Amino acid sequence: MADTITMQVARYRPGQEAEPVFQSYDVPLRKEWAVLDGLNHIKDHVDGTLSYRWSCRMGICGSCGMTVNGSPVLSCATFLTDYAPGPVRVEPLRNFPVVRDLVVDIGDFMAKLPSVKPWLIRDDEPPEGEYLQTPDELDDYKKFSMCINCMLCYSACPVYALDPAFVGPAAIALAQRYNLDSRDEGAADRRDVLSSAEGVWACTFVGECSTACPKGVDPAGAIQRYKLTAATHALKDFLLPRGAR
Amino acid sequence: MTYVKPISTLWWLRRPSYFLFALRELSSVFVAWFVVYLLMLVSAISAGPEAYHRFLDWSTGRVLVLNVVALLFVLLHAVTWFNLAPRAMVVPHVPPVVVLVLHYLLWLGLSAALAWVVLR
Amino acid sequence: MRRRSPEPLVWLLFSAGGMAAALSVPVLLFLFGVAIPLGWLPRPDHAHLLTVLRSPITKLVLFGLCVLALFHWAHRFRYTLYDGLRLKKLSGLIIVFCYGGALAGSAVAGYVLLRA
Ligand code: SF4
Ligand code: FES
Repeated sequence: MADTITMQVARYRPGQEAEPVFQSYDVPLRKEWAVLDGLNHIKDHVDGTLSYRWSCRMGICGSCGMTVNGSPVLSCATFLTDYAPGPVRVEPLRNFPVVRDLVVDIGDFMAKLPSVKPWLIRDDEPPEGEYLQTPDELDDYKKFSMCINCMLCYSACPVYALDPAFVGPAAIALAQRYNLDSRDEGAADRRDVLSSAEGVWACTFVGECSTACPKGVDPAGAIQRYKLTAATHALKDFLLPRGAR
Repeated sequence: MTYVKPISTLWWLRRPSYFLFALRELSSVFVAWFVVYLLMLVSAISAGPEAYHRFLDWSTGRVLVLNVVALLFVLLHAVTWFNLAPRAMVVPHVPPVVVLVLHYLLWLGLSAALAWVVLR
Repeated sequence: MRRRSPEPLVWLLFSAGGMAAALSVPVLLFLFGVAIPLGWLPRPDHAHLLTVLRSPITKLVLFGLCVLALFHWAHRFRYTLYDGLRLKKLSGLIIVFCYGGALAGSAVAGYVLLRA
């Protein structure tokens, strides 16, 4: 095995470049090094001006998403050796405005998350202690609660690329996380956002979000399930007279 | 001063999975072609034996090529459709594999039944 | 406050059509479009097909298949034009073309099957 690998890193320095350019760095190729370790090596020893986000280094904070050789991945969970002999091309997440180098503007995603009211909605007074739930009821939504907000799904989604107003995979999966929770009664409150034209109906089930997701959330499945729910509601509205709804 | 990467109209050529998606969506055109072909067959059958045989003779050559392509697309549609079905249709207490297998069994059974009705 | 959007209903038609097409189109197209014209299978007797066709159940099933399959096409093709060719600006025109086409096709199917 060669002992170095070339990383081609996208650089975008506003005021300096009109659009991103690639800069090549040779970094040590170590068995236990993730793409993020390569970037840290560059930052610490070669070029301190390189900007990118990371925190936990263990696939849980969701901040290190990047496009590596064309695919959206967590750079802390993607090993350099998988790309040997290289080169490894590291670009910012697609479909988001680039602020600098590998740092993207996450404002749009941050605004979308609360739009689906991701909290338990109840009409009654909270009980003494906690709401009870069986393991079976937990399983109904558990998968959708694993999201770490890494935005890889948005980066993989061509529908979001074409129409940034699309509520998008993670936000809709998050809505389903609450809709399918036995303790929640807020499905009706979420319906307006979810069944709008920018909600589930914009999705054409490309399925790339679920392929990209590092946590097995299956946002595409969540969206399809909601389409069925929304369609059933619409059918009821359509067939039943007003009073009977 | 952020940079926004422009999107090409040919975005679906960028990744193999996007391209497969584009093919899957295009299959609908061949589903529509099938309806046209079916209706032509129906009118030929109802117009009498000569028309029926003339129609089948016409269905060789260029039309046959079209039908072969259409068949491939329709198969792509069927396979992708059934494979995605368990994710859209979640039946309580039934594992997704079972939903998947049931779809394929239904497909097999119905195809056999239709073939039997036609060829009997 | 809630806009009544026809999207769920056309999606239901799309889904029903997708299912109907996936289940029945491959075998029918294989038989009548490929195997029989190629002579892999003997041509079914005309009288037999006519009897099958004249049964009201066959007509109803074929009519349902045609209508659903056409709406399946309409919906999917509409989004193919939106996303694949980035024509969302022409959405009004596309909607008329796709669903209008499906409606017209359904009418033709009804006419052909009734007359058969
Ligand atoms: S759904 Fe998956 S890919 Fe999308 S933000 Fe959550 S963890 Fe990341
Ligand atoms: S650094 Fe936290 S997920 Fe990669």
